[in-house]
Amino acid sequence: MDREVLLEIRGLRIEGRSGEEWTEIVKGIDLTLHKGEVLGLIGESGAGKSTVGLAAMGFARDGCRISGGSIVFDGIDLRTISEKQKRDLRGARIAYVAQSAAASFNPAHKLIDQYCEAPVVHHVMGREEAERDAIDLYRRMQLPDPESIGFRYPHQVSGGQLQRAMTAMAMSCRPDLIIFDEPTTALDVTTQIEVLAAIRDIVRQFDTAAIYITHDLAVVAQAADRIKVLLRGDEVEEAETRQMLDAPREDYTKSLWAVRTFARAEQPPASGTPIVSVRNVTAAYGTVNVLEDVSFDIHAGRTVAVVGESGSGKSTTARVITGLLPPKSGEVLFEGNALPAALRRRTREQLRQVQMIYQMADTALNPKLTLRELIGRPAQMYLGLKGRVLEERVKELLNLIELDPATYIDRLPGELSGGQKQRIGIARALAAEPKLIICDEVTSALDQIVQEGILKLLNRLQEEFGLAYMFITHDLATVRAIADEVVVMQQGRVVEQGTKAEMFAPPHEPYTELLLSSVPEMDPDWLTRLLERRGAA
Amino acid sequence: MIALRVALGIGLLFIVSLIIFGATELLPGDLAQQLLGQGATPETLAALREQLGLNDPAPVRYWNWLSGALTGDFGVSLSNGRPISELIGARLGNTVFLALYAASLAVPISLVLGILAALWRNSIFDRAANAGALTAISFPEFFVAYILVLWLAQTGIFPSMVRINPTTTFGDRIYMTFLPALTLTLVVTAHMMRMTRAAIINLMASPYIEMARLKGLSPLRIVLRHAVPNALAPIINVIALNLAYLITGVVVVEVVFVYPGLGQLMVDAVSNRDIAVVQAVALIFAAAYIALNLLADVLSTITNPRLMHRR
Amino acid sequence: MSFAVSVIIGLAGLFALAAALRAAARAGLSGRARSIANDIPLTAAFGLLVIAIYAAVAIAAPALAPFAEREIVGNQFEAWSAEHLLGTDRIGRDMLSRLIYGARNTVGIAFATTALAFVVGSILGLWAALTGGWLDQVLSRIVDAFMSIPALIFSLLLLTIFGTSVLTLILVIAAVDATRVFRLARAVAQGIVVMDYIEAAKLRGEGAWFLIRREILPNALAPLVAEFGLRFCFVFLTISSLSFLGLGIKPPTADWGSMVRDNATLITFGDITPLLPAGCIALLTVAVNFVVDWQLYRASGLKE
Repeated sequence: MDREVLLEIRGLRIEGRSGEEWTEIVKGIDLTLHKGEVLGLIGESGAGKSTVGLAAMGFARDGCRISGGSIVFDGIDLRTISEKQKRDLRGARIAYVAQSAAASFNPAHKLIDQYCEAPVVHHVMGREEAERDAIDLYRRMQLPDPESIGFRYPHQVSGGQLQRAMTAMAMSCRPDLIIFDEPTTALDVTTQIEVLAAIRDIVRQFDTAAIYITHDLAVVAQAADRIKVLLRGDEVEEAETRQMLDAPREDYTKSLWAVRTFARAEQPPASGTPIVSVRNVTAAYGTVNVLEDVSFDIHAGRTVAVVGESGSGKSTTARVITGLLPPKSGEVLFEGNALPAALRRRTREQLRQVQMIYQMADTALNPKLTLRELIGRPAQMYLGLKGRVLEERVKELLNLIELDPATYIDRLPGELSGGQKQRIGIARALAAEPKLIICDEVTSALDQIVQEGILKLLNRLQEEFGLAYMFITHDLATVRAIADEVVVMQQGRVVEQGTKAEMFAPPHEPYTELLLSSVPEMDPDWLTRLLERRGAA
Repeated sequence: MIALRVALGIGLLFIVSLIIFGATELLPGDLAQQLLGQGATPETLAALREQLGLNDPAPVRYWNWLSGALTGDFGVSLSNGRPISELIGARLGNTVFLALYAASLAVPISLVLGILAALWRNSIFDRAANAGALTAISFPEFFVAYILVLWLAQTGIFPSMVRINPTTTFGDRIYMTFLPALTLTLVVTAHMMRMTRAAIINLMASPYIEMARLKGLSPLRIVLRHAVPNALAPIINVIALNLAYLITGVVVVEVVFVYPGLGQLMVDAVSNRDIAVVQAVALIFAAAYIALNLLADVLSTITNPRLMHRR
Repeated sequence: MSFAVSVIIGLAGLFALAAALRAAARAGLSGRARSIANDIPLTAAFGLLVIAIYAAVAIAAPALAPFAEREIVGNQFEAWSAEHLLGTDRIGRDMLSRLIYGARNTVGIAFATTALAFVVGSILGLWAALTGGWLDQVLSRIVDAFMSIPALIFSLLLLTIFGTSVLTLILVIAAVDATRVFRLARAVAQGIVVMDYIEAAKLRGEGAWFLIRREILPNALAPLVAEFGLRFCFVFLTISSLSFLGLGIKPPTADWGSMVRDNATLITFGDITPLLPAGCIALLTVAVNFVVDWQLYRASGLKE
């Protein structure tokens, strides 16, 4: 890279406050960015990547402070200039795109008013010129109705469109550098593609340098020239994108790359009476049908993955099976016998057979109960265990989920890590000794390495106890790893179902095709090829 | 939508009038018995019942009472037989004057203090304002009133009793009512300031405020253009809540300063168990309270684009 | 003026004592109690100390008071002297003794009222939030209607109807206040009821009582305790105001609100004695508010 250096960070240290104490959360990061270059900053939660991104604007969030190092942007040291001078740079020469556009647009103003604010305040252009420019950029970002969309309020525009409008806004003063902070993480896969493509194009058109922050390797591979990997505030390694993907040097990076390699062994076709059959279920919230004629079976020892984007009805299906939402028509059979539709009509034995694990372990575990109480309660309630027997059972369950009973049994959920909490959710489900466990997006809130551990654990338990899983997810990589059968849902209907082998081999239903092809791959040319293919079709 | 809110407000007022009327039905015995005591002869009881219309069924009496109240006729006082509307007359104006006087002092002061405390969070100013407000909230109104009397009236600067009549000039009213108004102001300002501060601080943590900072806007512009438009609804509600609180506050303050207002009237009526007067005054206070909350509701709807501009 | 100085010195002394006790607690305690002592701000330590003193005075009132509560022991409005430290009241009862008994009567009645309001309001509120549906709707709409009448005004209306004995006072104020507690308890519980762990417990087949007791209450406790403090202040001030208006606790029972009313004439002569009971009210309310503020801060701080 022989272009001029735009941003140079040396020995950056940032501290965060917890209570009265300051702890270092960024521990001496170096970073060099050339003009027009895109740097991918990746790492798991707590790696400090957002903090570093904001520091590139000379900014630290409340409760954080930059405690060491230098940040030199185009010859200007951001650590020594005044607040006023920093304000003159922000928005004008360095811009920011936040993760949640819905929360980062001011709800009280129209999109275009927020667009025009920075150019007018920084005296880049007048109000009218800025409005014309906004419409031009909205068009380049491929927003629908570019002439009029700016005159809407944020709540009137969808999430993917807002994210593009925010990127357009960041571009309004034609900055030299844009910080993208997880811009596509909150979006569905099919929307993610559009936003990612739009961001990549606009950055190239204006030859803008960018720092692209994300936890998703495949996403960053599409946009970045170089990738830097962070772990707990330290740099692990940095390399050109292709080199990094082909030949990572460090063990940590290799483990990140390897996460998606776990796959469950192929199972023979299932036979016999299914554990649970969903038969022609139609369900509604109020008068709006959210499920239409949904049918599928789940057999013992098998995993059925239910896949779809937000609003597809996959969680609603789980609510029907558990009895939280009695269906309008259709029924749910358990081992061939119809289950009462409503939860309160089911017997304790029927309740015991179907257990649930939730996406957010934080909200699924009562923070005021110890692990002993959390895990012990189902065993006590369903199986009548008491005293010593109960304690032994809880310890046995803790061992099963690979947590040391002596250390953990009397802890509260707040004293555990995210992955450990999810394991407690699993132990609580196991304690009831059920036949079916419904896993609702159980890995999507976790870092990739932790995800893999959870998937392996679930797989081992399945083999050991012959459990059936209904695995609700939007992530096709997870499906590939763990499913035996797949049910694809869209807007409350099942669009396709079959074994994993059938699902991942053509021909596909159009929606399945769209879904499958939208999953980013670890190949820098993937997005380009996909867009060419879709353009040709 | 606004029409719906107004309709709901009127419906609520109707229900409240039912509660106020219905409460008297809980009286042990009936009103006539209550007034004349145990020693009354059956004849005098019957005569009084006839006079008060107690022989009519409850719905008829309710209708008569409500339709009377709507035309300003609240019936007669049970203790001295004078028409209630006459008793209320000038006192209503006096109470409204006192409440508006206090509000015109309290609202600007508390908004400015609240916003400044939020801006300079954790500064000496913020801590002092907070501690001061907490203390003021903790003082009974009569304590504040008497301290002001000791401090300002003993030295002869302001009168400790308010003697006003219809011929008093506006300037004199302002002067003579200063101490009661100041008492109310002190009590209400503390509440309002704390709530304003909390509303602004809550808002300043929003991602869109961080976005505005990252766009390089000045602190003043961030507050005026990005925080205030979103803070309007909470602030309007804070003001309405505290103006409504003034309604309660005037009762005690009027008694301390012997101020001829509705609060005094109500306290006297409660002591005499003059239920007709109490009902009338309670209805007026409740109507004012509902109207204030309704106004706040409508205003915060108008200032919220999410409610004004549907998808 | 010298009195104002002695008040300031007294308060400063209390603050110093609170600081000393906190330092002792930090040095002497261990574990959880120690971490609380480390974390407590001086204002809250002061608040706890004041509350403890009031409680002690209320319990030991007969032992502490030099004279009986209702006994006439001198002439009316005697000045402060060695025999009657704070002088005598309008009919010659000892001010200091009545002030001490007031701690028992006024605070006790306010506490009983708050407790009653709290038990009724929070049980109904938790139940409404958990059950949802029409029960929640009916209860909430009723409470909405009652809350659209200002509390003091509604209390006055009810007191007119039922008379002004201490028992009706407690019942009326508790009933009016329970509506406020209901609304808060319901709001707090609604935040908890949407949590997945409540759904998990429902799916397990737990009954309503278990859900309230084991799942909701432990998580609702912190905000409810803070609210108890706030409600106590409110009830305490309301009852004092009513007594001051002559509609609450009445003589000869020693009560701070009615003591101010009884002796208010002295104020116009520049005598501060009648303000002492009002000061007692203010000091306790400030103390409770300091503690509540700390609790609320802790609750919000732990969430982050």
